[in-house]
Amino acid sequence: MSYGNLETLYRQVIMDHYKNPRNKGLKSGEDYYQVHLKNPTCGDDLTLQIKVKNNYITEVHHDGSGCSISMSAASVMSETIMGLKIEDAKKIIDNYLHMVKGEAYDAEIDMGDAIVYQGVSQFPARFKCATIAWNALDKVLEKHKVPDEK
Amino acid sequence: MDVNEIRQDFWVLANSSLAYLDNAASSLKPKPVIDMINHYYRDLGVNIHRGVYRLSYEATDLYEKARQKVADFINCKFEEVVFTRGASSALNLVASSLGMNEIKAGDEIITSELEHHSSMLPWQNVARIKKAKLVYVPLNEEKKITVENFKKVLSDKTKIVALNYVSNAMGYITPIKEIINLAHEKGAIVIVDAAQAVPHQSVDVKALDCDFLAFSGHKMCGPTGIGVLYGKYEFLQSMEPIEFGGDMIDYVGLQEVTYKDAPYKFETGTPLIAGAIGLGGAIDYLLNIGFDFIVKQEEELRTYLLKEMKKLSDITIYNPTTETGIIAFNINGVHPHDAASVFDEDDVAIRAGHHCAQPLMHCLNQIATIRASLYFYNNKADIDKLIKAIKKAKSFFAQFM
Ligand SMILES: Cc1ncc(COP(=O)(O)O)c(C=O)c1O
Repeated sequence: MSYGNLETLYRQVIMDHYKNPRNKGLKSGEDYYQVHLKNPTCGDDLTLQIKVKNNYITEVHHDGSGCSISMSAASVMSETIMGLKIEDAKKIIDNYLHMVKGEAYDAEIDMGDAIVYQGVSQFPARFKCATIAWNALDKVLEKHKVPDEK
Repeated sequence: MDVNEIRQDFWVLANSSLAYLDNAASSLKPKPVIDMINHYYRDLGVNIHRGVYRLSYEATDLYEKARQKVADFINCKFEEVVFTRGASSALNLVASSLGMNEIKAGDEIITSELEHHSSMLPWQNVARIKKAKLVYVPLNEEKKITVENFKKVLSDKTKIVALNYVSNAMGYITPIKEIINLAHEKGAIVIVDAAQAVPHQSVDVKALDCDFLAFSGHKMCGPTGIGVLYGKYEFLQSMEPIEFGGDMIDYVGLQEVTYKDAPYKFETGTPLIAGAIGLGGAIDYLLNIGFDFIVKQEEELRTYLLKEMKKLSDITIYNPTTETGIIAFNINGVHPHDAASVFDEDDVAIRAGHHCAQPLMHCLNQIATIRASLYFYNNKADIDKLIKAIKKAKSFFAQFM
């Protein structure tokens, strides 16, 4: 059977991350920045934790429930940004959002496996699923900027 | 009646391969209804109740004739029909006015976990603010509201009963008539959320003896933005308005005001004139199709759909005993939103989500379900497309298991 467009959305990598998510499960400890995002219309629910040292992301953890696109994206994102400088992570967030919206994006920026979410641009109804983890990252990095916090 | 002919009345269906199975969210709109709406905007376009010129008179006449059509349709008096923005705002009106003014600490309000958020949240809010108690009818094993279980929560303290007539998430028909009788014996007021009933079956508010009943135009071939609150006249008359301004007044002084009689005291500001006129057109349209046909067509298709679905493995149907055209299911191991994308690729429009019924999703232990919901213009080919799409979703995701 040919599945047409679906095959561009549900790539093997995506389903692999869905079935075997990396960095899943939260840690306890004070030195994590954490955000919790929900998409109430579809029930996606995601908590993201990061640790930052000297402007580098040194740990990423996530937990939650939702569809294969949202959950795999959290896993892929956690691998993609691990060890990156905050500014570089932000560039990737921007670039990724452009890509899944179907807008022009910079193919030179290394986004790791996140590149496989290109197919989402043909499924506008799934845009929210593909971006919840990245929006959470954006928010958690904002928290890190707050003065008085380490 | 020939379904294929009926389908020509809908631009969205005519010459399209779409299997539209999300009718519980909103129905499609037929040409005669769109013509009525256009007639108002194109040929009239003026305000009602105000002008003394001919166009305004004509617009007012059409608007009020629509009210009469609603009254005849559900068997009540003209002045018992309040136009609202939809079922949600109708249900909120009762809670905001009657609820906020009459409910006292310790009073009990009965609702259920089978409700649409628009039926239970207005009362949850009243209960919280007034320190009343919100009581839930225990659902039976199938997640139905039964008379026996209703009796368990009905008490001398019950002041309000707010329940659905047909569940939007499970398609069950509530034994509302018996519930209303029992509630009245205790002096409680019954508000019926009939958003999923009025489009699909003939509803007679006098026979039901409900105190209030709400529904939306857009689920019954009418426009969005218009709905109806039916209320027994003595209740409507005794209730305070919740919005104040133009049109709803009788005399305005600097420190005091008197209001018009119901329904007008609840309709401040320029209403959705075209919407009301369009709703009148939708009622004409449905009556012409006839509820005998609508009920029969939905029942045939439901039986066929359930029969075909039961042949498939790895499908969980949550309401195999559904009494209407609403079928809730999941493909085992596939998130409903993933399934929905496969359906969308095949031009099958269904709903995946919590259907504005999160408490019920908690009862079912699901984050979301897939819901197929039928209307009289659906045909067997629509069902076949859905079944084919379910098979495709199953085999597609099986590759990754
Ligand atoms: C049972 C039920 N009640 C209330 C509503 C709310 O209707 P509306 O969104 O038109 O106000 C709906 C619509 O989804 C419904 O299905």
